[in-house]
Amino acid sequence: MRTISFSDATLEAMREEMRRDPTVFVYGEDIVRQGGIFGQFKGLPDEFGDRVRDVPISETAIVGAALGAALTGTRPVADMHFADFIGVAFDELANQIAKNRYMFGGQTNIPLVIRAPDGLTNQAAAQHSQSVEGWIQNIPGLIVVAPSSPATAKGLLKAAIRQNDPVIYFENKVLYPQKGPVPEEEYLTALGKAEIRRSGKDVTIVAYSILVQKCEEAAKQLEAEGIDVEIIDLLTLKPFDRETVIESVKKTHRCVIAHEAVVTGGLGAEIAATIQAEAFFWLDAPIARVGAKNVPIPFSPIMEKFVAPQKEDLIRAVRRVLYREA
Amino acid sequence: MAATKNPFPDAFSALPPERKLGLLETMVRIRTFETRVEELFLNKKIPGFVHLYIGEEAIATGVMANLRKDDWITSTHRGHGHAIAKGAKTDRMMAELFGRKTGYCKGKGGSMHIADFSVGMLGANGVVGGGFNIAVGAALSAQIKKTDQVAVCFFGDGASNRGTFHEAINLAAIWKLPVLFVNENNQYASTTPVSYGLSAQHVADRAKGYGIDGYTIDGNNIAETYNAAAYLIQRVREGQGPALLECLTYRVKGHYVGDPERYRTREEVQKMVSERDPIQAYKHKLLDAGITNQAGIAKYYDLAEQELRAAIEFAESSPLPEPEDALNDLFSFSPKEFPEAVR
Repeated sequence: MRTISFSDATLEAMREEMRRDPTVFVYGEDIVRQGGIFGQFKGLPDEFGDRVRDVPISETAIVGAALGAALTGTRPVADMHFADFIGVAFDELANQIAKNRYMFGGQTNIPLVIRAPDGLTNQAAAQHSQSVEGWIQNIPGLIVVAPSSPATAKGLLKAAIRQNDPVIYFENKVLYPQKGPVPEEEYLTALGKAEIRRSGKDVTIVAYSILVQKCEEAAKQLEAEGIDVEIIDLLTLKPFDRETVIESVKKTHRCVIAHEAVVTGGLGAEIAATIQAEAFFWLDAPIARVGAKNVPIPFSPIMEKFVAPQKEDLIRAVRRVLYREA
Repeated sequence: MAATKNPFPDAFSALPPERKLGLLETMVRIRTFETRVEELFLNKKIPGFVHLYIGEEAIATGVMANLRKDDWITSTHRGHGHAIAKGAKTDRMMAELFGRKTGYCKGKGGSMHIADFSVGMLGANGVVGGGFNIAVGAALSAQIKKTDQVAVCFFGDGASNRGTFHEAINLAAIWKLPVLFVNENNQYASTTPVSYGLSAQHVADRAKGYGIDGYTIDGNNIAETYNAAAYLIQRVREGQGPALLECLTYRVKGHYVGDPERYRTREEVQKMVSERDPIQAYKHKLLDAGITNQAGIAKYYDLAEQELRAAIEFAESSPLPEPEDALNDLFSFSPKEFPEAVR
């Protein structure tokens, strides 16, 4: 299979969906003149003209207008520049987009996608490094996805654009240049379905986005210690694929949940609560959570590394649920 | 509350008598609806909150008379008048206010979220200033699809202090989007008078900062609202970009039904009611012009009363939602298809 970058995979998804449906359009800050700050929109304006638009710095307008457009017959894709800036448009997301269909009794669909580049990279510090899915976790009415590879990036973006509901698409900044196999033929990655990245019998790690590859690295190292790790790549964070998670935990009897976002109040808490409610008697150890420490992301590399979850943290957590480390 | 001179041609005078009477009919229907709603709320038939449009009817009526069914509006928390003028049915509105299954939102919205997407009424909004960007998005849709539909965003004086006002108008202006921003300056943002809360003399003065035209009119004069809307909506539809129309009016009732109104005097309200009521003024205008007589006017009140009686009966006899209906309508798929989504 050919390999392409994560960034190019999203670009292919955009191009295919915009060719397929003339009501799909995309806009955001610096996407025409710069091709997106991570190059993820390069070349799109040449083919699609004013269906690709630069927006002045105005995130409430970007997110709010996506709702108005979705309600009236188009399928907007809005780029947030950085996921951190969702905070600027939080009313639009939490009180308008998420509630619109429900509070108006299902009068219309809301086919829109908010693309939100997230995660740590290049010491971008507290306001450009966050993973903010936890902010959204508590809002009914939004679908949240986070691809972990070029193939899932393309398939999830295409599925998100075709979904008749609002989808928040978190794309980790570190993943953009990474290459991976992507099928030539058309495909969609189903929303709401997790994928098992690595089958194992000793412990389940539930992860998503950038943490999936860190878990794969950790699993390789743990293999040398004779520990056989199963890795579940959630892909859809909300609603997450409960069945796949529970089934895996019932097999391995141990679970580590890993995300780059802050542990406190994070998605890991929700998953852990679900597991203890539905698979309590299958568990042989308390569930462990791995994620960022409960502080903003600091600038200085040495502190940034300390705050963010590392491969070593994953390895320690796995050993802990196997009672091989205190 | 004197309005400034404006350039709008007098399209109103050229209207045939039945159209002029149609404007009265709409205003009377809104007034009757709101009067009934107030009574029903005080009699505890309607739960929640209601914000009444009494005294502001000439704005929705004059603007909507210049819109097509396939044009869109966004509304405010004070949205009943907008819904009626845009063509929503009062029986389904009333059923919604009663929290019934037959309401526009199946009982999930209530007064503050009244909406009828089938006539382009994209919803009242519980967040002040929440409609600006939705209207801009609708106008963007029209531009992307190259249709000649327009969007009208109704908003209050208080909403013009929100950041959404700034971002929406700036974006609409640079893209020349087909959207008209209609300000209903009813002198109070909840308890805060416009004289305190607004840094400019007029909301329309703010248009200059966005390079668009802003106008201030007497929003209680139906001929003025009609003429301004006719002129501005045509310009917007032709692709000349957005405009801002400030309609000076007065919120006759409290911010909500039950508001103790400690921020203004009874005398002030009485004076505005007796001197500035838009429906009284219009009735005199029609009588003076010999377009109708007292009996002709009374007919519209009778019709509105009949309509409202039927609407209330429809609401009262409509089934309540099942508690489990609370789990429907969040997504395009049903919870049965995908129970995880509403767990």
